[in-house]
Amino acid sequence: MRYLTDRKRAEGRGAARSGTVHHWYMQVSAFGLALIVPTFVFVFGRALGGGHENAIATFGRPVPAIATALALLVGMQHFRRGAQVVIEDYTRKSTRKVLIMCLIVLSYGVTATGLFALAKIAL
Amino acid sequence: MASPTPRERPLSPHLSIYRWQIPMLTSILNRLAGMALIGGALAVVWWLGAAATSPGYFALVDGVITSVPGDVVMVLSVWALWYHYLAGLRHLYFDAGHGLDIATAEKLGLACIIGSVGLAALTLVII
Repeated sequence: MRYLTDRKRAEGRGAARSGTVHHWYMQVSAFGLALIVPTFVFVFGRALGGGHENAIATFGRPVPAIATALALLVGMQHFRRGAQVVIEDYTRKSTRKVLIMCLIVLSYGVTATGLFALAKIAL
Repeated sequence: MASPTPRERPLSPHLSIYRWQIPMLTSILNRLAGMALIGGALAVVWWLGAAATSPGYFALVDGVITSVPGDVVMVLSVWALWYHYLAGLRHLYFDAGHGLDIATAEKLGLACIIGSVGLAALTLVII
């Protein structure tokens, strides 16, 4: 006997409880990162080991700074949703909730720290 | 309804006897690579923070990251990044409905593994 009415199922957005939102976000962010990541790798790879003055000069310019900022922002959000699925796969109940909360906090913390550093260098 | 205390039940063996196949290998490698990249992200943010702080602290952090163990971590990060990148493209390709037969999926999976090593090597040469 079906206890789920069509409306309840529609509101609950399916067994995964995220409908298509998660999948679409991962698709869009994957596409965006496909463009951003090679740029970022090139920029960061060149700057690594090049000395402090070179680092400041590199990340003071708009294109490297923006590419890095986007890589951080979109990358960490992509990471957060992906890692959340991993946590949900392997844990249950309280462990799951605590780990997901820590994950989200970490992701925002890393993003904020990176963006602050970029702003401080560039401005 | 309160759930009863779970009894210990026997598990059937899986990893110890199931033959490894390319799609499952690429899938778990993709997950591993994606999770491992948090290490690279932390290193990058640490480095940027150091650059924004002072030349002295920056020299320390840059030194750690470009030291031998640091280099190992960076090389592995680059490999993980490219692997996750290619496997991600493979997923987008599947999402579009293409290449879902076993033969193609296996070829693409192999391409991800080999391609990631190649791209990582290329990256190390270029930068």
